[in-house]
Amino acid sequence: MKEISLNVLDILENSINAQAKNIKLTVIDDEDKDYLFLEIKDDGKGMSPELKEKVFDPFFTSSSNKKVGLGLPLLKYEAESCGGFVVIESQEGKGTVVKIKFKKSHVDRPPLGDLVSTILFIFTTHPEINFSYIHQYNDKVFEIKTQELREACGEDLCSPFIIKGIEELIRNNLNLLYGGDTWTR
Amino acid sequence: MDKIKSIEELRKLREHAKQSLKTRQGEAKVKVLISMGTVGIAAGARDVLMAIIDELEKRNFTDAQIIERGSLGLDLEEPVVAIDMGGELIYYGKVTPEMARTIVAQHIINGQIVSDWVIAKGNKK
Repeated sequence: MKEISLNVLDILENSINAQAKNIKLTVIDDEDKDYLFLEIKDDGKGMSPELKEKVFDPFFTSSSNKKVGLGLPLLKYEAESCGGFVVIESQEGKGTVVKIKFKKSHVDRPPLGDLVSTILFIFTTHPEINFSYIHQYNDKVFEIKTQELREACGEDLCSPFIIKGIEELIRNNLNLLYGGDTWTR
Repeated sequence: MDKIKSIEELRKLREHAKQSLKTRQGEAKVKVLISMGTVGIAAGARDVLMAIIDELEKRNFTDAQIIERGSLGLDLEEPVVAIDMGGELIYYGKVTPEMARTIVAQHIINGQIVSDWVIAKGNKK
């Protein structure tokens, strides 16, 4: 994947496929401590210890029409090559947490990329899921939840006009947080 | 209108546009299905979807529903977009954001299938 935000979308898709009703995405970007940390937490069906063993095996997939599953193994490789890690905590019936960390200044670290599109994707295609997104940059925080949007926009949440409005809302707030559009880097 | 920075402003935007936002009753006329497996994502499905939304918004078309689904096994053709307008499902393959805009204008708005890019036609399950 070219951007970390695409990996995030891939993992969010996993959560959706695991029938999650609540998903929380946390991004912590800390310049002083020099790391970029992302956490995706869901309340989906979780994984058995046997399955959890196998998720980083590129020749394992839960899909019936494929022979390989490269999403998580490649991300793990990338993160570890950049002084970071990917860890998964999962309990069957309770949900899964994926934690990703990169050394921010590492020369090989992929850019975070267009995280806003990733988030809009979830709001648009799965308005029924309670999705919350928290982005912390140094000591400043921006937070948005599906529930708030649903309250404000009701049944219009998925109309293209409102989605563009939500996009603007998130982009403007991230720009405020970073004092520019440097959050994609 | 000023830049939207808060939920409150978003609420105002919606109030403001209430008349033009014809709230859908029942099922949407057009369904856009986009496959979002790892392969689809890596091939650029996210940007294709954003282009579709952008084009629908520009043309003020609200009667469309976007549905995400897993991989079809057509990895070579990703990103795959399928349009369901009541009849046959029309599948487009190797869709780029620019192609997606054309598909919205020509197929969704004007009802003309962009036959050059169709990779399959199918009945609904």
